[in-house]
Amino acid sequence: MLSKRIIVCLDVRERKTTKGIRFQENVDVGDPVEMAEDYYRQGVDELVFYDITASAEERPIDIDMVKEVARRIFIPFSVGGGIRDLTDMRAVLLAGAEKVSVNSLAVQSPQIIAEGSRAFGRQCIVLGMDALRVGESAAIPSGYEIVIKGGRQRTGLDAVAWAKRAEELGAGEICLNSVDADGTQEGYELAITSMVSRSVDIPVIASGGGGKPEHLVEVLTAGEADAALIASMVHYGTHSIGRIKDALAEAGIRVRRA
Amino acid sequence: MDSFAGRDPLLYNLPFPRPVYPLTHLLRSMIAILDYDAGNLTSVALAVRHLGREPRITRDPDVARRAERIIFPGVGAARSSMENLARLGLDAALAEAFSEGKPILGICIGCQVIFSRSEEDGGADCLGLLEGDVVALRFPPGVRRKIPHMGWNEVRFRGGHEVFSGVPEGSQFYFVHSYHVRPADASCVCGTAVYGGIEMVAAVAHRNLVALQFHAEKSGPPGLRILDNFLRWQPT
Repeated sequence: MLSKRIIVCLDVRERKTTKGIRFQENVDVGDPVEMAEDYYRQGVDELVFYDITASAEERPIDIDMVKEVARRIFIPFSVGGGIRDLTDMRAVLLAGAEKVSVNSLAVQSPQIIAEGSRAFGRQCIVLGMDALRVGESAAIPSGYEIVIKGGRQRTGLDAVAWAKRAEELGAGEICLNSVDADGTQEGYELAITSMVSRSVDIPVIASGGGGKPEHLVEVLTAGEADAALIASMVHYGTHSIGRIKDALAEAGIRVRRA
Repeated sequence: MDSFAGRDPLLYNLPFPRPVYPLTHLLRSMIAILDYDAGNLTSVALAVRHLGREPRITRDPDVARRAERIIFPGVGAARSSMENLARLGLDAALAEAFSEGKPILGICIGCQVIFSRSEEDGGADCLGLLEGDVVALRFPPGVRRKIPHMGWNEVRFRGGHEVFSGVPEGSQFYFVHSYHVRPADASCVCGTAVYGGIEMVAAVAHRNLVALQFHAEKSGPPGLRILDNFLRWQPT
């Protein structure tokens, strides 16, 4: 039986892990490499690093950090933020990342998904998508619209339609972030998570809103997610990976025990 | 999958500072990691280095011939993998290594192409070091599961092979694959995992060859334990 994955997300800015609420008011919470190693020891299943300012500042991703992480942890990790083209993808993968994540770039040029998938294998390509609750309409039947540029720009794309399109183009996995829930620690956005997970055959990672183990239980059962992304709830030491997995196991969810 | 091809020579000397080894290290032989344009080899090389051995990523059959042991990783499709192995002459080097008794470790697609034939992409003849087929994951009627089989799954080991010694019972490993192997002779099966009601072969061993469907290099401590066991293994 495949386990549900717990993935810790490290938003990185100038080699420091940072965390904000709804993409704002960021505060630094530690060194990303040391944090990665600590989460690895705690038994996290996977890690995600987002270079949150690389994209806006149009500078390349911090490859030295990726190399340092790859030397120290022996579980899959993905890197996103600041990926501009195949060259950047190749650099990140050769530095030791298992996957690359594209978000705004994929909306602007969807072919990058197909090209990346052909070049490196679809298991390497994660589509990150930020979904904003806007209410159902003819243009947005799911009621969730894709936004880019860290939530600053709306795209007119329906979240479910975009997920299906990304799967067709060759994405190997979808990381679905709810802009409304991001950083609130008040629970995942279950409705859109299950809609997306049902509409594609590739794994879906739920992101945004995880604040306590019960939230993960909800999104991994009712939300039908294959994995749950967490950040704030572990960055501040409120919860440990082990305790979260205990709670999931008690709820009958299969997890990996380190 | 050829996008790692034509990469700069940096990769052949991993783009990481080399640790300072004691002189005795130089007397130990090299671990060849075969590069046949089947994906990213960095994490395998880093895991080998973490375990105190010096990996050499190579596409040169002669380097493979000189190696103490061979790791044969990779992701991608069987047909293109076979074409690349043949083009580089690595298919012959692997067959030789197998018959000479050199320790070989296949990982992921490296675990699949050692069999006779894969049904991927309309069918491809493979290396045939072991008898058997590679088939797509197909679930019983009414069972819906995500493809690829991606994530952590428990492997049940059997037979007490040395390379799997010391792995705690119930250990999970990281998988990413859409096809699985069906050996003709079940006696080579060392480990299985269950997904969507199918019992899949996760590890096989025969003579000097061990092969893993999962990524030991990305599977945390139990994965590193298997790699370390392999690096010390002297097949009899």
